[in-house]
Amino acid sequence: MLKFVKNYMETISGVEIYPIISLLIFFTFFVILFWWVFTAKKEYINQVSNIPLENNNNQNDILL
Amino acid sequence: MEVQQFHYDNKIVKNFIYATMLWGVVGMTVGLLLAFLFLFPNLTDGISWLSFGRLRPLHTNAVIFAFVGNAIFAGVYYSSQRLLKARMFSDVLSKINFWGWQLIIVGAALTLPFGFTTSKEYAELEWPFDIAIAVIWVVFGWNLIGTILKRRQRHLYVAIWFYIATFVTVAVLHIFNSLELPVSALKSYSVYAGVQDALVQWWYGHNAVAFFLTTPFLGLMYYFVPKASNRPIYSYRLSIVHFWSLIFIYIWAGPHHLLYTALPEWAQNLGVTFSIMLLMPSWGGMINGLLTLRGAWDKVRVDPVLKFLVVAVTGYGMATFEGPTLSLKNVNAIAHFTDWIIAHVHVGALAWNGFLTFGMIYWLVPRLFKTKLFSTGLANLHFWIGTLGIVMYALPMYVAGFTQASMWKQFNPDGTLVYGNFLETVSEIIPMYWMRAIGGTLYITGMLILVYNIIATIKSGSTVTDELAEAPALERVSKHRLAGEGWHSWLERKPVKLTIFATIAILIGGMVQIIPTILVKSNIPTIASVKPYTPLELEGRDLYIREGCVGCHSQMIRPFRSEVERYGEYSKAGEYVYDHPFLWGSKRTGPDLHRVGGKYSDNWHLNHMYDPRSTSSGSIMPNYKWLVKNELDKSQTEAKMKVMVTLGVPYTDEEIANAQQLMLEQGTQIEQNLYSDPDFVASYEADKNNAAESGTLFIEMKNREIVAIIAYLQRLGTDIKVKDSQE
Repeated sequence: MLKFVKNYMETISGVEIYPIISLLIFFTFFVILFWWVFTAKKEYINQVSNIPLENNNNQNDILL
Repeated sequence: MEVQQFHYDNKIVKNFIYATMLWGVVGMTVGLLLAFLFLFPNLTDGISWLSFGRLRPLHTNAVIFAFVGNAIFAGVYYSSQRLLKARMFSDVLSKINFWGWQLIIVGAALTLPFGFTTSKEYAELEWPFDIAIAVIWVVFGWNLIGTILKRRQRHLYVAIWFYIATFVTVAVLHIFNSLELPVSALKSYSVYAGVQDALVQWWYGHNAVAFFLTTPFLGLMYYFVPKASNRPIYSYRLSIVHFWSLIFIYIWAGPHHLLYTALPEWAQNLGVTFSIMLLMPSWGGMINGLLTLRGAWDKVRVDPVLKFLVVAVTGYGMATFEGPTLSLKNVNAIAHFTDWIIAHVHVGALAWNGFLTFGMIYWLVPRLFKTKLFSTGLANLHFWIGTLGIVMYALPMYVAGFTQASMWKQFNPDGTLVYGNFLETVSEIIPMYWMRAIGGTLYITGMLILVYNIIATIKSGSTVTDELAEAPALERVSKHRLAGEGWHSWLERKPVKLTIFATIAILIGGMVQIIPTILVKSNIPTIASVKPYTPLELEGRDLYIREGCVGCHSQMIRPFRSEVERYGEYSKAGEYVYDHPFLWGSKRTGPDLHRVGGKYSDNWHLNHMYDPRSTSSGSIMPNYKWLVKNELDKSQTEAKMKVMVTLGVPYTDEEIANAQQLMLEQGTQIEQNLYSDPDFVASYEADKNNAAESGTLFIEMKNREIVAIIAYLQRLGTDIKVKDSQE
């Protein structure tokens, strides 16, 4: 697919770097995301996922 | 710690629910009328504001923005207050949001049927409404973010993120797609032309589906499915991945609406790639929703709310599997322009949006009114009749879509088309249109049952009051990450930063697609023989827009042997450079019109507009008698041309000054051409004599609307015949 992008965008100077930057942004973003998701603490996950089920009164655990 | 008392605003939720039900009935009724217009094209004969082309945008807008829109607000206003443990930021903003939105809807109902439309799908409303929508949308976002800032719950539950992303993205999409230059109070031209307009429109159109019909509803799913089943979401970790990957990827997928069109191929391929990737987050979300019910499936058997939610989430799964499939180029070559797409969108709208809304209403109303649902039996009846309605709607449309595609592409051994007459492919699927109308009737019957059940429930309940709640105030915590605090946990308690990151995520995709297409000249090869429309053709084009012809006729011949054989030379990007807005269309209920110029005589067009069945037996096109009778409004022509000049269309000052003269000359020529038909001469002269005898004003043919539309249709696609493209 890169060849299509380059074909039409080569009038922009330094355009070759764009796809690489895009790929890096994506890759880094999802690596960090998955890293966080897999290392998140279980208690925290449990507490947050229970937010909708809390009744209105006095059950507001202070989460940090 | 100090415990604060406060009240949840239930009244605003109640108002949005009432509006959801009202506009739901209206939008679906208009849809049903449209379904019957396929079967009885003369059902609303002679009433211009009830003709198919004018009502189609009313149906889509009413269902998307009025029915689903109000349901979004109802759900967001209910769940946000509880998830954030705070009353909405401002009652005044809530009220402005509610009444402003309803006013815009009423405005839409009062303008679309009268032909005030930009013709861009799901963005048909004219510029004053576009501004109003932007203002009300900002009010909504202000209210939401204000509430988030004064919350008593430290962490933002995933539903809230979906609401934030919805607010930010819809604002961006709406503003960029609605950039237009006004000619008068209710007429404007898109600043983009042709290919660029198409790309921006479908970047918007696709993401209106993503960020108006999907992300807010996913937020609602993440709140109401756990609520209704009384258990937390299956995997909160999955929901985080779901959120970020969905908003990151969705924004890129728009060009899959333009496969095999004159859009540059790199943009098409980009759209396809991201559409395929989209399957993963979509199904991640669906699985997360369904697995929340693990161990609670016994409840689904008895609780109509859960039944609705399960079918809704399943419908989401089906539609989001079908979406990436449809974006494969080989599948798209079959499905595009056919009724398959109608089936696809209605699985999304009827099952995902409709059923989730119904489930939410059945769950909310008894709680808001402190009572029990009037009749569980009726709710179950609604569920079954609605489900049957969806099946009865979707299946025939799939069959119709495949039938159309197969017949359009069928060749004889000698290389000619088997079904050279487009009408054969229409007559073939009329039974499918009948079944669709029956399916739609079932679905709307279910909707009426809901309205009755809910009214009865409300009557048995107590008046809505503000609901008392209490929660401790939030302690101030350091701005920075605390010891042992994860990066995302920190982000979750920083709503403004979360909003900014979400915005960046959606902007990257938009910019990469849109900016090169607009900046890089080589994307749109120019064709020397393509000239701007004459003043009369321009007026004719505006009539084409006014009547919503684009709802049934495409102007985009794809480079397939079957299409070139049927319609003529395939469409080139350079042919559309003066098309503000583009009119490629997305559905072929009738044939493509891009090369219709010169194909038929002027008389044929006149007779066809007056009564399509007189020239094309079995046609399901409505009559356009008013076009033949009405006088053409030429008062704005110069203003229109000046706006076009501002947008880069090379009209000379001389052409603008002589516009009236030019229109008269071209109109006179067409009138002369019409005189070649003795039948026309007889009836036209008789009309003229009658008018003279009775002393009523007689509008000469050369000054009527029909002449302008004939001029436009005869021009379509002819530029390229003068000289082949430079490509």
